Amino acid sequence: MSLKLRIWRQADARDKGSMVTYQLQNVSPDMSFLEMLDVLNERLTLDGEDPVAFDHDCREGICGMCSLVINGVPHGPEKATTTCQLHMRHFSDGETIDIEPWRAAAFPVVKDLVVDRRAFDKIIQAGGFISAPTGSAPDAHAAPVPKADADAAFEAATCIGCGACVAACPNGSGMLFTAAKITHLGLLPQGQPERDTRVIDMLHAHDEAGFGGCTNTGECTSVCPKGIPLETISRLNKDYRKALHAAS
Amino acid sequence: MTDYYSLGDPVADTKAPDGPIETRWERRRFGAKLVNPANKRKLSVIVVGTGLAGGSAAATLGELGYQVKSYCYQDSPRRAHSIAAQGGINAAKNYRNDGDSVHRLFYDTVKGGDFRSRESNVHRLAQISVQIIDQCVAQGVPFAREYGGLLDTRSFGGAQVSRTFYARGQTGQQLLLGAYQALERQIAAGTVTMHDRHEMLELIIVDGRARGIVVRDLVTGEITTEFADAVVLASGGYGNVFFLSTNAKGCNVTASWRAHRKGALFANPCYTQIHPTCIPVSGDHQSKLTLMSESLRNDGRVWVPKAKGDTRIPADIPEDERDYYLERIYPAFGNLVPRDIASRAAKNVCDEGRGVGPGGLGVYLDFAAAIGRLGRDAVEAKYGNLFDMYQRITGEDPYTTPMRIYPAVHYTMGGLWVDYDLQSSIPGLFVIGEANFSDHGANRLGASALMQGLADGYFVLPNTIGDYLAAGPFPKLDGENAEVAAARKQVEDRIEKLLSIDGDRTVDSFHRELGRIMWEYCGMERTDAGLRKAISEIRELKAEFWQRVKVPGDGEGLNQSLERAGRVADFFELAELMCIDALHREESCGGHFRAESQTEDGEAQRDDERYSYVAAWEFTGDAPVLHKEDLTFEYVHPSQRSYK
Repeated sequence: MSLKLRIWRQADARDKGSMVTYQLQNVSPDMSFLEMLDVLNERLTLDGEDPVAFDHDCREGICGMCSLVINGVPHGPEKATTTCQLHMRHFSDGETIDIEPWRAAAFPVVKDLVVDRRAFDKIIQAGGFISAPTGSAPDAHAAPVPKADADAAFEAATCIGCGACVAACPNGSGMLFTAAKITHLGLLPQGQPERDTRVIDMLHAHDEAGFGGCTNTGECTSVCPKGIPLETISRLNKDYRKALHAAS
Repeated sequence: MTDYYSLGDPVADTKAPDGPIETRWERRRFGAKLVNPANKRKLSVIVVGTGLAGGSAAATLGELGYQVKSYCYQDSPRRAHSIAAQGGINAAKNYRNDGDSVHRLFYDTVKGGDFRSRESNVHRLAQISVQIIDQCVAQGVPFAREYGGLLDTRSFGGAQVSRTFYARGQTGQQLLLGAYQALERQIAAGTVTMHDRHEMLELIIVDGRARGIVVRDLVTGEITTEFADAVVLASGGYGNVFFLSTNAKGCNVTASWRAHRKGALFANPCYTQIHPTCIPVSGDHQSKLTLMSESLRNDGRVWVPKAKGDTRIPADIPEDERDYYLERIYPAFGNLVPRDIASRAAKNVCDEGRGVGPGGLGVYLDFAAAIGRLGRDAVEAKYGNLFDMYQRITGEDPYTTPMRIYPAVHYTMGGLWVDYDLQSSIPGLFVIGEANFSDHGANRLGASALMQGLADGYFVLPNTIGDYLAAGPFPKLDGENAEVAAARKQVEDRIEKLLSIDGDRTVDSFHRELGRIMWEYCGMERTDAGLRKAISEIRELKAEFWQRVKVPGDGEGLNQSLERAGRVADFFELAELMCIDALHREESCGGHFRAESQTEDGEAQRDDERYSYVAAWEFTGDAPVLHKEDLTFEYVHPSQRSYK
């Protein structure tokens, strides 16, 4: 395949940045999207140009580090698929592909396609945990968990923290990410003692970190590579109201 | 062979108590010095890496009251590659009442490691396994449960008891997020400071003690020196020396290798685990390999055509022209033989010219029989996510055509040498998780990596490090100190050198070539002649690297080529040591198969007379020095493994 790539280039956080066009020949349909970029970068390196910086690590869809907006869609056209698991067979010969970084106020660009997502860590720091110091645990079977709750908690816990939800949201909201953690921990008996403070503290941290509010557009869940459902946000809102009520 | 190395004094683990194995860990904890709680906040610890071992250690040390500084090269500690572990975590809970016990897990692990690990360490690991599950459940790790609300388990990797706890095919992710959340809690509490997108490039040793690290801020390029009273390396394994492996792209040996160059012994570097069920290479562009969980072998049947060069599609190959070679050679275990045996058998049939798919480097893993027996829905319920992943990567539908699989490098049992306290041969330098060599011998069992990472980080290190720190705090340091300044200068000079070569080959082109040499000669089957050839090719390629590598840009900001260049430079040196280790060990054991040492029917032949020891290598800059740590077995008596 031969492709025309239009890629966002930005030297550093202060640079204004712009789209730059590259032609790439001999792309194999069996390549992953990131392998296609590897090929481009090998060429740029030998041509004496600066290779395109992008984040990636496990390349098997679980670490959450890869993060590209491809033709306007975070992680590209395939449903429930991270960029690293997207393969070139889903594109056609001669196609033009736009590649941009996550764009959100809370995720400033570091360089080219690399953004700073530490705002997510701030949300977790505010309460995205169960306080269980090492060594303090009772036997694992001390508190049975109904299978349905355990399964639902697991589904919410599969969030990989990639930030596609934020990149897709017109408000740049991190609500789906926050709600996934609230849901995971709130469904488990171990998560009950901190349930109220957790939701209040995490939401405050979310707002402070520069994420926008949620207006239920649902773009987040449609691009989520793990299919975290929108209902988690309803659950978060319910927990938040209850927590505020209890606090007053 | 003495051209390649020389023999030094033996080493010994001086920290494990003697006497009944069941109480050794308890007695060691009692014997270890304690640090007064009020003094803990005056003591600082650097932890490099935030996977299961590093994340759990940093969180726990923070809870104990130490000042912890945590480092990772990724953008968040949650990305560490432990996250990709699929299968599960072993624990001797015996919730199934199926005959499991601490002793059985201990026994299975020593035997599975082909009698090349320390009994004391392995027994402690089996004891702690029980606490790990409790700890993780308390943190909210959503393990799979049964309808009664209790935890589900499965048997895994050929184990005859059901002791593997799991969270679908994402156990590593869930355990890591548990450790990550505990870590973030300590960051919020102010006991841990987090330095993401930072890479350790040198170890600082002052007055014979590990006292800090030189790091590069990967975003600004700034080089800084960081000090502490002890340094913990939790920087993972070195499978990426093969270029293609199931490791994340960033996994590297640099932290361990820099410590090795400064005096930390490197143990059993040739022990690598090659996993039999990975998706085969599809072309020259391939950047990594993807593991398909071993659980697939519970229902899939492995076969190749009986005839060489048979290029028919699998559906056109009649039953009597197929060779279900694992079932044929190993009738007792069939498709469930251990990883090393399944991998080598796949290599053998491909070497015979009977491999399938592009380049003939693949074998079929066929679910037709399972679908016929259980129905498609049942197979989908069990393996749906894996089948989806396979289809995404290959574009083929495994429900209707057999999967193609091939072995790939997956885990490294070797690592920095540590004593029972997990302290390396450098005082104050501790090594945990995959980065050390301690528990798996020559072969790791399935679902034991997660167990070891968390045992080290949550329970072992936090109890043993106090014995060392009780002598601190050590004198304050600054950049003026000659040893500190020298370490910093080494880093700066190396970066300058890499940037100044400005040659005509990319870093990746060298890394790929190194990987090919290692896979060919130091992979699934090793020979004397092949390893000698590999050593000379590695040396030539290394020399060429330092003449011809092209690293664009400068050191002033984010420069991913520069990061890779430094890692590959260290892989060259490690690769040579791996080959020397493999060459010197003229026996087959676990993941190390020497063609010269096999039984009449082609199975691995151990040589306990000559090789029942840990090979701990000392760096000299020239030929390395071998220090042997003799292994003794008081509880599990060495026997030849048999799976027929």
